[in-house]
Amino acid sequence: MKKYAYFPGCSLEKIALSYNQSTIESTQKVGIELEELEDWNCCGATAYFHVDELLAYTLCARNIAMAEKLNLDLVAPCSACFKNTYFTNKALKGDPDLADNINVALAEDDLHFSGSIEVRHLMEVFVEDVGFDQLKESVTHPLEGLRVAPYYGCQIVRPQKDHENVEEPQFFEGLMSAIGADPIPYALKMRCCGGSLLISSREAALNMIYNLLKNAVDSEAQVIATACPMCQINLECYQPQVNQEYGTNFHVPVVYFTQLIGLSMGLPMKAIGLGSELIAATPLAQYAT
Amino acid sequence: MSEKVGVYICHCGSNIAGVVDVEEVAKWAGENLDNVAVSRDYKFMCSSLGQELIEDDIKNEGLTRVVVAACSPHLHEKTFRRACSNGGLNPYLCQMTSIREQVSWVIEDKEAATEKAKAMISGAVRRVQLHEELQPTEVPVNPHTLIVGGGIAGIQAALELADAGYPVYLVEREPSIGGHMAQFDKTFPTLDCAACILTPKMSDVGNHPNITLMTYSEVEDISGFVGNFDVRIKKKARYVDEDTCTGCGICIEKCPKKIVDDVFEVGMGLRKAIYRPFPQAVPNFPVIDTENCTYFERGKCKACEIFCPTEAIDFEQQDTYVDVKAGNVILATGYDLFDVKRMPQYGHGRLANVFTSLEFERMCNASGPTEGKIVLRDGVTQPESVAIVHCVGSRDENYNTYCSSICCMGALKFGHLVMEKTGAEVYSCYIDMRTYHKGYEEFYNRLLEEGMHFIRGKVAEVTDAARIEEEEGKLIVQVEDTLLGIQRRVPVDMVILMAALEPRADAREVGLQFGIACSMEGWFTERHPKLDPVATMTDGIFIAGAAQGPKDIPATVAQGAAAAARVQGMVTIGTVKIEPVVATINEEKCSGCRICNTLCPFNAIEFKEEEQVSFINTALCKGCGTCVAACPAQAISGAHYSNGQILAELEGLLYDVVASNGSHAAQAEPEAVPA
Repeated sequence: MKKYAYFPGCSLEKIALSYNQSTIESTQKVGIELEELEDWNCCGATAYFHVDELLAYTLCARNIAMAEKLNLDLVAPCSACFKNTYFTNKALKGDPDLADNINVALAEDDLHFSGSIEVRHLMEVFVEDVGFDQLKESVTHPLEGLRVAPYYGCQIVRPQKDHENVEEPQFFEGLMSAIGADPIPYALKMRCCGGSLLISSREAALNMIYNLLKNAVDSEAQVIATACPMCQINLECYQPQVNQEYGTNFHVPVVYFTQLIGLSMGLPMKAIGLGSELIAATPLAQYAT
Repeated sequence: MSEKVGVYICHCGSNIAGVVDVEEVAKWAGENLDNVAVSRDYKFMCSSLGQELIEDDIKNEGLTRVVVAACSPHLHEKTFRRACSNGGLNPYLCQMTSIREQVSWVIEDKEAATEKAKAMISGAVRRVQLHEELQPTEVPVNPHTLIVGGGIAGIQAALELADAGYPVYLVEREPSIGGHMAQFDKTFPTLDCAACILTPKMSDVGNHPNITLMTYSEVEDISGFVGNFDVRIKKKARYVDEDTCTGCGICIEKCPKKIVDDVFEVGMGLRKAIYRPFPQAVPNFPVIDTENCTYFERGKCKACEIFCPTEAIDFEQQDTYVDVKAGNVILATGYDLFDVKRMPQYGHGRLANVFTSLEFERMCNASGPTEGKIVLRDGVTQPESVAIVHCVGSRDENYNTYCSSICCMGALKFGHLVMEKTGAEVYSCYIDMRTYHKGYEEFYNRLLEEGMHFIRGKVAEVTDAARIEEEEGKLIVQVEDTLLGIQRRVPVDMVILMAALEPRADAREVGLQFGIACSMEGWFTERHPKLDPVATMTDGIFIAGAAQGPKDIPATVAQGAAAAARVQGMVTIGTVKIEPVVATINEEKCSGCRICNTLCPFNAIEFKEEEQVSFINTALCKGCGTCVAACPAQAISGAHYSNGQILAELEGLLYDVVASNGSHAAQAEPEAVPA
């Protein structure tokens, strides 16, 4: 059983509770143990790095340092948490002066950053560490015939790594195929969902969401799969507003990829948080045990 | 008998004299260095008066050694060696030391520079006294020239040589000569048709008595050295007898098997299993593609054989090998087009109406798959708007950082053709317009006047995801217009990607085979980027055309002709002098360990199986010294770089260093240290 330090992030405590539930359940099914960091803190989200970079690094470094104490790689399911923590880990590893500075602050909490671990996105763990072959072996209820739009969002491939194709990645599609679903090709799979733009410019943000929904639905998706709480909220909760604004009639369910994995492994709907969404995931009902 | 050394210090105008106190150095050398008979400084040593100084001193003062402290020996070593020779001294008894590149240009402190100049001259004076008289060897030059690659560069080089009366072997990998130029429709900036200007040259090559043309052939092996290369050429089986085939083409007509032509038609058109790439192919004998031929697949058919009026089809034909001798080689192997699928954001292969530049050339070409009609992938619909994306794979740190140099002009040409043939709106999305040769800027102005739209910005993506009604069913080009400072979405029917030029996929292997170097990217490296652009560091191997770097047709033709001129010079003289600064192996000391065999970068070391010793081919040796340093038995000595000479130079450099016991660096005796 492979073990990781787990940093769920603020969203997964409340609004993305189903992501947390399905993450814990589905990782167990493939033999992964997640040890949640004790007393983890916010990653700083989108805004903090633009307010005070040093303090923002410190915030993320604290979570990394706690994982270092456990001597485990750190896994984040939220794309924003992943991005901030990944970049912090990389920046501090590459800049010993910065790390020294931040270690002064961490010492107050009896912590120390030494750069000994990696920061991973939860999806990476499924794709690279578990692998499609092992995943397929664990699938008991393949989601045959389910047309899924794999929605990467903008952050998950942003820390460009050498081996990845950042313009046309295929790993999300591979993951969906591995659990028996049918990933559909559509152009905007990596386009931004608008993030927190809804707060400052509702009109522009709704247009972004509209484009994404339209492209996925035009490409005959029955369900959109995401790997980020922010994307999930924007795409699901704002469908009524988009419909009102654009005279459309979207009602496409938006679920977490871990929920689909859980479903394919025969986990009960309730255990993976299905049934509490705003737009009922009716296309998934036929696969439920 | 002690030597009489003459020391000459060049001012190089103010290049050296502005920093180094040359008069002081000259005076110091004359007074302090052993065996210096004459020490002078002069404004320009390389001038004829400067050279005469050396010649006169040799005659009048009886100098036996000469040291010139000036620029790098790269520039003027030949000059001063010749001056010594004119004065009656063996040219290898001259030593240059660079007090410009290594002193005055890199040291600001005048005093320090003067001191370093003294040390370097001291080293040269001690070294030169241990020099030996060397004689270059002279070898004959075989008048035949091997040209590899039958594109426009190779064609031009072959014709220049053949017309001058020299025999040429022209080897081409594909079934026909013509190269990329044969695929093009029009050529910029004059818009004359590529075939109209190329095919006369092709047919000249095919008919020239001095050209032995070998198509569908590759160089299998090459050995030897300048003037005397032994070449083995593999002629791939065509399954058509070249002596009996008349090129009538009935076999092609009768062949029942049609396949997509991925090479000449870049996947846009079909060809038969027995084919010639295009109607004006030279030679016009067809080739059977065994991978797709029904007979080779299933043992049945033979339609071509049945209908051939001269019984030229030969299914039993085998690859053959031809051995030839050549004095010089010209490599004109051309380029590959960047694989645009490496940039999935531009949608080629995913979005039907995204074309590469070469696909579009074929489409425009009257003998191409659409007979010159500009249409969408469906084969019938004319586009009403076309976007041309520049720098696809060029000037992009993710792919190639260099500029491919021909794409801006190619894009202008395409714009003109699209507007002329369809009246469509054309948008060119460029980073910078680079139209720098004769008549090019005028062509750009012409297109501006013709109404082509220019958007300055690198295209982010090409997508079919419409946002508004006007975008439905279109390809949308997302680009930041950096002149207006806004994001633009340009809906068009067709997109053309101006793909980068890249080195041939096998360029490094070919470079290794012929003993020449490649740049970081894989382009063949010339001897000097400005002053010797078609020669290489390997004597007798020349390069021409896009194999050396991206270039357009005029530049390619110029290089083909230039390489031919260089070869002609060598062949006309008939012999070549081989530099005597080479390494030799003392066979008695050689243990036959063969360490040196693999280290030699010029493949100059052979192993004599009978005697179990290594042997250096002096014609191939460049005197680099790698083997000398590597030999564990110290059995190899480098002429002009013996241990004694090098140690003497080091001791000279350290003349003012005092050892802990108070002694100075001693002057080495000749042969005091075994080589």
